[in-house]
Amino acid sequence: MGSAMKHKQHEGQVVLDVKNISLRFGGVKALTDISFDVREHEIRSIIGPNGAGKSSMLNCINGVYAPQEGSITFRGQTFRHMNSRQVAKMGIARTFQNLALFKGMSVIDNIMTGRNLRIKSSLIAQAFRNPFDIGGAQKEEERHREFVEHIIDFLEIQAFRKTPVGQLPYGLQKRVDLGRALAMEPQVLLLDEPMAGMNVEEKQDMSRFILDVNDEFGSTIVLIEHDMGVVMDISDRVVVLDYGKKIGDGTPDEVRDNEEVISAYLGTSH
Amino acid sequence: MATEHTFPRLLLEQAARHPQRPAMREKKYGIWQTMSWSDMAQLVRTLACGLSQAGLRRGEHLVVIGANRPRLYAAMLAAQSLGAIPVPLYQDAVAAECVYPINNAEVRFCVVEDQEQVDKMLEIREQCPQLEGIWYDEPRGLRNYDQPGLQSLDDLVSAGAAYAQEHPSLFDDEVAIGQPDNVAAMFFTSGTTGYPKGVVHSHRTLLDRAAAGASFDKLGIDDEVLAYLPPAWIGQNIFSYAQWLVAGYLVNCPESSATVHIDLKEVGPTYYFAPPRVFEGMLTSVMIRMEDASAVKRRMFDAFMRLARRVGPDLMDGKSVDVLDRLKYRLGDWLVYGPLRNNLGMSRVRVAYTAGEAIGPDLFSFYRSIGINLKQLYGSTETAVFVCLQPDHEARADTVGVPCDGVEIKLSDSGEILVRSPGLLKGYYKNPEATAEVLDAEGWYHTSDAGFIDGGGHLKIIDRVKDVGHLVGGDHDGAMFAPKYVENKLKFFSHIKEAVAFGDQRDKVSVMINVDFDAVGNWAERRNLPYAGYTDLASKPEVCALIQECVEQVNADLARDELLAGSQISRFLVLHKELDADDGELTRTNKVRRGFIGERYAVLVDALYGGKSEQYVETQVKFEDGRTGSVSATLQIHDAKTFQPIKAAA
Repeated sequence: MGSAMKHKQHEGQVVLDVKNISLRFGGVKALTDISFDVREHEIRSIIGPNGAGKSSMLNCINGVYAPQEGSITFRGQTFRHMNSRQVAKMGIARTFQNLALFKGMSVIDNIMTGRNLRIKSSLIAQAFRNPFDIGGAQKEEERHREFVEHIIDFLEIQAFRKTPVGQLPYGLQKRVDLGRALAMEPQVLLLDEPMAGMNVEEKQDMSRFILDVNDEFGSTIVLIEHDMGVVMDISDRVVVLDYGKKIGDGTPDEVRDNEEVISAYLGTSH
Repeated sequence: MATEHTFPRLLLEQAARHPQRPAMREKKYGIWQTMSWSDMAQLVRTLACGLSQAGLRRGEHLVVIGANRPRLYAAMLAAQSLGAIPVPLYQDAVAAECVYPINNAEVRFCVVEDQEQVDKMLEIREQCPQLEGIWYDEPRGLRNYDQPGLQSLDDLVSAGAAYAQEHPSLFDDEVAIGQPDNVAAMFFTSGTTGYPKGVVHSHRTLLDRAAAGASFDKLGIDDEVLAYLPPAWIGQNIFSYAQWLVAGYLVNCPESSATVHIDLKEVGPTYYFAPPRVFEGMLTSVMIRMEDASAVKRRMFDAFMRLARRVGPDLMDGKSVDVLDRLKYRLGDWLVYGPLRNNLGMSRVRVAYTAGEAIGPDLFSFYRSIGINLKQLYGSTETAVFVCLQPDHEARADTVGVPCDGVEIKLSDSGEILVRSPGLLKGYYKNPEATAEVLDAEGWYHTSDAGFIDGGGHLKIIDRVKDVGHLVGGDHDGAMFAPKYVENKLKFFSHIKEAVAFGDQRDKVSVMINVDFDAVGNWAERRNLPYAGYTDLASKPEVCALIQECVEQVNADLARDELLAGSQISRFLVLHKELDADDGELTRTNKVRRGFIGERYAVLVDALYGGKSEQYVETQVKFEDGRTGSVSATLQIHDAKTFQPIKAAA
């Protein structure tokens, strides 16, 4: 059987370098002095107990939060804090822990929204279709639609193409969310708990898709996940956070043997 | 049609006759992608050259595993062009199940659909050391596979194209060598016991039957089908392969197994096949959606469906119908039946078939009443499907039609149906004993089905021969008793879930019945009839009266049948527990184990035949977690009204 596990050597270049990030909300320290890097083409996971600061970390990279200290370097460009639109333009896409899909829109239309930044023709050209396709909006839409169809094929959701997203079961909505992020053709994909609330079978499917995305689309993936089994199986390297501090960083095996990590997960203090 | 054809010759003929007409379509990336007859012929040519270069030789077997995809059908044709024999296997079989056929047929090469199938082949490679080459159609997920002998079909196509350049006459020469009596394909039948058997068919047997079926229903190049059942099943192979080549119609391959219903609606086939359970599933989903519809729509639906039930089947059978009803039906067609057919994807269906198991008369007439020409046919892998077919206007729920062109039918002394036709198997592969069991010296194939030809010349199947018994003593001494026939008639009622009929070597027939908990429970609720679980519900006198009605209707029906009038049910009881596979009462495929039930409930059988009116019974049951418990009840035993046999007045 083709094994789902693959821990390749992480020899790619550093694409994303996070240095000394600290984030405070008033007196609450969400993140304290966090540094780690993400290399080209790897699956990098961020794990930690509830409230460890995982999503906050993602939100800093994504430009939703502005950290008080530290810097983020993406492909050689250093930022103190990022702006979400700029981040998207640079090729960083994300999915959300609590789905942020357009419930009343079809699967196709939801994924099409991921192409938004790549659509060149003007709003006017898109609004007024004409027989000779003046403005080229129709041709362009066809091209984008074709790309979206490849994603639908890839995620095996052909049967739900025209179904309003709100009617789909949760596991499938998560897949649509991933599809929309993929539609951006991202260089780096941030996945915020893609397997939360899923049953075992859905988790296996999702793991498969994440590995395939990494393999076939060549995307670098930053993954936040709760399920240790999944993380250890599919990640190349893992960062462990606890109370906003980094307590471990390394390959799954190294992290598994780390004393601090064990006590954070099994200890009695939380 | 001339029977000097082979599969590849027919392909070349179709490609020459109308090269640009679409031959196959497959939905990919949301769009139906078309392959013309000349594209198909070209692809087969290159694939054949590729396979020849890889070492596939005349008489050798090529395994094909996957769903309905144009390139897999092309691979079968390519093998046949070289005189090799395609062996389609079921795509949902587990790896271990593929070992026997592959070793039995000494298969060196296989063409499979995708990663799932590739994984299976790699898994069994150690057990099948002769397996050299594996080609896959869909490269997804296979990028990092580097096992020896594993290649994509694209690789095979480009290798074949290069080889064809060097050997330009190879393909045509090989096709010219192939003769109609050469072996064309082998189908493994899932034996209920022992290893599966490879059923060997020649070009002549398959194409002759395909042509007989096509001319019976006048299939031509304007027809369209949706290929959605497994290609390893001979029916699918006839409908979307042999008849495709014979009639030259268009075969559509669905996008995935999950989209079949959507694709059906988009394609709107004109020729359609489905087993009864598919028709049942579609009807159920229609009914459920009607329950949710607005009151106006529901009332309109009910009214027009009443009309359809009354006059629809007659209209379909071409009988005369009152002018006013005809007009009302026309209106109904516009308002209800047409949209409904469209929703089922059957707007354009000219001929639809069902086969494989008995279909309930209500289910059957539902489809006919809304204007879908649903018919039944009879056949098996060994007979290359077509033995009997129902002509238009003569479709009935309880027969399987008249012998079609070239078929002779006779009954053996034991009531077994014997068939002689140009489509009979050449034999079971490497299994002369099994072949001798089913094919006798005079060329009759023993179907192991019991049946008879009715007054109208239609074949009627009643049961498996081994299950048919006889009554002894009583009013119907010596009469035939067909338990499954009786049980099926009972099970067609939605209130009855299972029935077990006894009567062999007895003086009369009696049955034990399981009510359908959902259907009867719902029925009871609507009547404000409280109940506390299955045992309680089953013992309600109202429920027993309901079942009694069903039983007596079956009796009235049986009385009309000279041969089976003796099988009328004289006594019955409603069982206190549901028959369950965990208790060994059903097989894992939910067939009743009559013998076992007879022993387990011996007291009840004695009570049925001993004339008692009630009987106490206690039964051990196994729960799903492995614990055991017991249920007990005092069961009422009821007498049912039987009818004087009515002489057939057809």
